[in-house]
Amino acid sequence: MDIKVNVRESEGDAYVVDLTGEIDVYTSPKVKDAITELIDQEHYNLVINLEKVRYIDSTGLGVLIGGLKRVREHGGSVNLVCTNPQIKKIFDITGLVKIFGIFDDEQSAMKALV
Amino acid sequence: MSSPAQPKERTSHGTVEVKIPGRAEWVAVARLAVAAVASRLRFSVDEIEDIKLAIAEACTNSIQSAGGVDAGMIEIICEASEEELRCVVRDHSTGHKVEGTKATSLTEGRTEELGVFLIRALMDSVEYTPDTGRGTELIMTKRVLV
Repeated sequence: MDIKVNVRESEGDAYVVDLTGEIDVYTSPKVKDAITELIDQEHYNLVINLEKVRYIDSTGLGVLIGGLKRVREHGGSVNLVCTNPQIKKIFDITGLVKIFGIFDDEQSAMKALV
Repeated sequence: MSSPAQPKERTSHGTVEVKIPGRAEWVAVARLAVAAVASRLRFSVDEIEDIKLAIAEACTNSIQSAGGVDAGMIEIICEASEEELRCVVRDHSTGHKVEGTKATSLTEGRTEELGVFLIRALMDSVEYTPDTGRGTELIMTKRVLV
């Protein structure tokens, strides 16, 4: 079980973090490191692409929430791309759909950044 | 006068026990093993995913309760029957964050409770037994819907 993290620059100052694999207590520190590094470099508008994520648990959700809190302190935003129904369900039952922008494709997620 | 109700007998499919070291890299093994057991019952794919996540959250809770030190062995006991899957996750930590978390809704500020919240939301029943000499137990059940 592993997670692949790919960070790329997109339009404006926005960055996209592509994640592939499973995000759990073992792999989430790698995701956290990538997001933290972007924020430390003062990139506050992020799209996190979960399209190729097969599984996410509470530690993964915690990393995303932590990133969102930090970018919001700087007027930024984190939008998610997510099409997996099981993962969408987890965002739904935890109420996190209310705090994240969740989109079906990257273009829509980019467009909706502040 | 009617006779007292007899407890409903469960049609046991068997019991599977798995032990994993209480470290993050082993949680995936626990969830995959339990998913394999769940797939022997008449659960839907979505329900099996729910069970996988609940087991992983329980193991993660055990590891995090150990406060960064080795949590020892975590035992996962799955009792499969025609009607339900009952899973016991037992460890030897002392500080589970299980009590008092209700499956209603979460706010942004309560991320540390997300795992327990998910377990309660995804499983049909959840019981917590503090350490009584043989370990701390989290017992959760998912019923098979016909």
